[in-house]
Amino acid sequence: MKHIAIGILGAAALGLTATAASAGTLDTVKQKGFIQCGVSTGLAGFSAPDDKGDWQGIDADFCRAVAGAVFGDGTKVKFTPLSAKERFTALQSGEVDILSRNTTWTINRDTALGLNFIGVTYYDGQGFMINAKKLPGVNSALQLSGAAVCVQSGTTTELNLADYFKSNKMEYNPVVFEKLEEVNAAYDAGRCDVYTTDQSGLYGIRLTLGAPADHVVLPEIISKEPLGPAVRQGDDQWYHIVKWTYFALLQAEELGITKANVEEMKTSDNPEIKRVLGQEADTKIGTDLGVSNDWVVNIVKAVGNYGEMFERNVGSGSPLKIARGINALWTKGGLQYAPPIR
Amino acid sequence: MASQEILREEPSRASFINDPKVRSLVFQAVVVVVLGALVWWIVQNTIDNLQRLHIASGFGFLRGRAGFDISDSAIAYTSDSTYGRAIVVGFINTLIVAAAGIVTATIIGFIVGVGRLSRNWLIRKICMVYVEVFRNIPPLLVIFFWYSGVLSVLPAPRDSYHLPFGSFLNQRGFYFPRAMWGEGSWLILVAFLVGIAMAWFVARKAHQRQMATGQQFPVFWTSLALVVGLPVLAYALSGFPLSFDFPKQSTFNLTGGFQVKPEFLSLYLALSCYTAAFIAEIVRAGIMGVSKGQTEAAGALGVRPGSILRLVVVPQAMRIVIPPLTSQYLNLTKNSSLAIAIGYPDLTATAGTVLNQTGQAIECVLIMMVVYLVLSLVTSAVMNVVNARMALVER
Repeated sequence: MKHIAIGILGAAALGLTATAASAGTLDTVKQKGFIQCGVSTGLAGFSAPDDKGDWQGIDADFCRAVAGAVFGDGTKVKFTPLSAKERFTALQSGEVDILSRNTTWTINRDTALGLNFIGVTYYDGQGFMINAKKLPGVNSALQLSGAAVCVQSGTTTELNLADYFKSNKMEYNPVVFEKLEEVNAAYDAGRCDVYTTDQSGLYGIRLTLGAPADHVVLPEIISKEPLGPAVRQGDDQWYHIVKWTYFALLQAEELGITKANVEEMKTSDNPEIKRVLGQEADTKIGTDLGVSNDWVVNIVKAVGNYGEMFERNVGSGSPLKIARGINALWTKGGLQYAPPIR
Repeated sequence: MASQEILREEPSRASFINDPKVRSLVFQAVVVVVLGALVWWIVQNTIDNLQRLHIASGFGFLRGRAGFDISDSAIAYTSDSTYGRAIVVGFINTLIVAAAGIVTATIIGFIVGVGRLSRNWLIRKICMVYVEVFRNIPPLLVIFFWYSGVLSVLPAPRDSYHLPFGSFLNQRGFYFPRAMWGEGSWLILVAFLVGIAMAWFVARKAHQRQMATGQQFPVFWTSLALVVGLPVLAYALSGFPLSFDFPKQSTFNLTGGFQVKPEFLSLYLALSCYTAAFIAEIVRAGIMGVSKGQTEAAGALGVRPGSILRLVVVPQAMRIVIPPLTSQYLNLTKNSSLAIAIGYPDLTATAGTVLNQTGQAIECVLIMMVVYLVLSLVTSAVMNVVNARMALVER
């Protein structure tokens, strides 16, 4: 029901906002003193509240990084949990300033939905999980013909699923829910044989099941799922701030700037490090972007660099233990690459 | 008379500003213009804002390929079908669950409503507890009760409950054999329809005869023989063309047969139980609204208690019952949108998925609102016709 409420609110907001040029998102954000960040309703490693109610995960941390750049304080973020169905309307209507909610970048979303994706914070792919105890002998997705498959509605996952079974001439029975928790509960209760979503998500969800050891993630990856944050179209300044926050996170990792050493790095002799950290004389990189010149320092102080963010939330420092893989920096054979900050 | 004439002429003498007729016309016109301007402003503003934000608009998206599958579909639908068709599939599912729910809720409601007035203490109290329990729990919780509390604790497909006639019950739903009609089976359908027509004719004739001569005729047994006997005869004559496709165990699920999914079952049961509690109260009120003298008079004439209820009390109670019953039918239809909580693909769910896949929130929400509005208006129009007929019979 909630998505309808948001839909109507969105419609009302679109109908009632004055047509005159609205203030830029940066000004609005500065005025209210915090960033409203759209996250998932709870996906371990990406955005999920911990036992104290604080949002943890790569997606949540990304919003803190932006808050670091804008306010110099990574805590000035408020989170709005959104279901897959609600997320775009919430961003379009201005309910959130950033949508950082394991959302797949597609051309349709970039062009027809009025969104701008700022980059790929996590390269993912869709996979399948089954209960190996109940289904011994199934070790490939190609053996899944006739299965009941649990999936979240309104996702690219739902579309890839249909394509995959169709192209392999297999039958399946979709069991579709609106909320992640509902899909998890249905899979755990045995309503369906197979759970499909982004592979990183499967690892996270497996931890929340009754008996995680019984479940295996099948080896097939059936799609490209580049997950990244998105902002509204038509506000280039805000788009640039969010995009370059992401690049700054990568650049910091590449230069070895960490949360622990960022202060001493400020006095480094390396001209590139000095430039990135805003220590160059008469630098205008930060102010041209619309933030302060020590914005990268603030970002790293808030969440660390991209590598730290990754390891803490989904990598070796987390229960998920996902390897960097293609999410490693380009210098280490991965796909994460930032244009130069100069 | 004189004073009236003065009153009538006075306005024409006074200035037209004080003429109540002119005034009311002017004010109505002003209201219409202001409302129209407001609507125009909102629509125009929405369009402007959509364009400014580079969000696609218009209804062209309905012809696009949907790309997602729907579990329950009464009409042919694949992921290659259009978004428009996906919404139609959802609409039909809403109709199915609403129609099934309305029939069942009415039956349960009438039984419980009459039961609350029973002379038997146990029946009366059971019916009271039923009404008080279901009337005071939100429908969403009733749906969850059936879905999570009853149906999802059933065994997995491998350990299904075996029920009579080759049917199965497990957490994936209720499976029963699907009838496979062979050649010549159209004869059975024809026989069935002829049986119904003849039964109706017999009932009419019997009624006329009773009115004219007072003689009764065993209408019920004759009708039963016609409606059941004729198709059975046709079945034998056409060479037993009916076979059954029994559900069988396969790798993952039971295959074959006919599957009623737990999502539909729990929504249907929840809506029926919930609305039945309200209908029971309406029926009770209706029956109590018929004065006791009617029952006593009929009893004094020697009419049997069953016939008193059927021929004297219920027809009069219906006049009181039908208008609020319409509201309950509308409520049930609208409550069916709670299907989204358990993943039954009704209109709200499929249109919501379309909304998300296309991002065209305004259009999709508009479609949903218009469809529910039309559905409700049609339901109340039908009930108004029924009501009018009931009222006429009484006069």
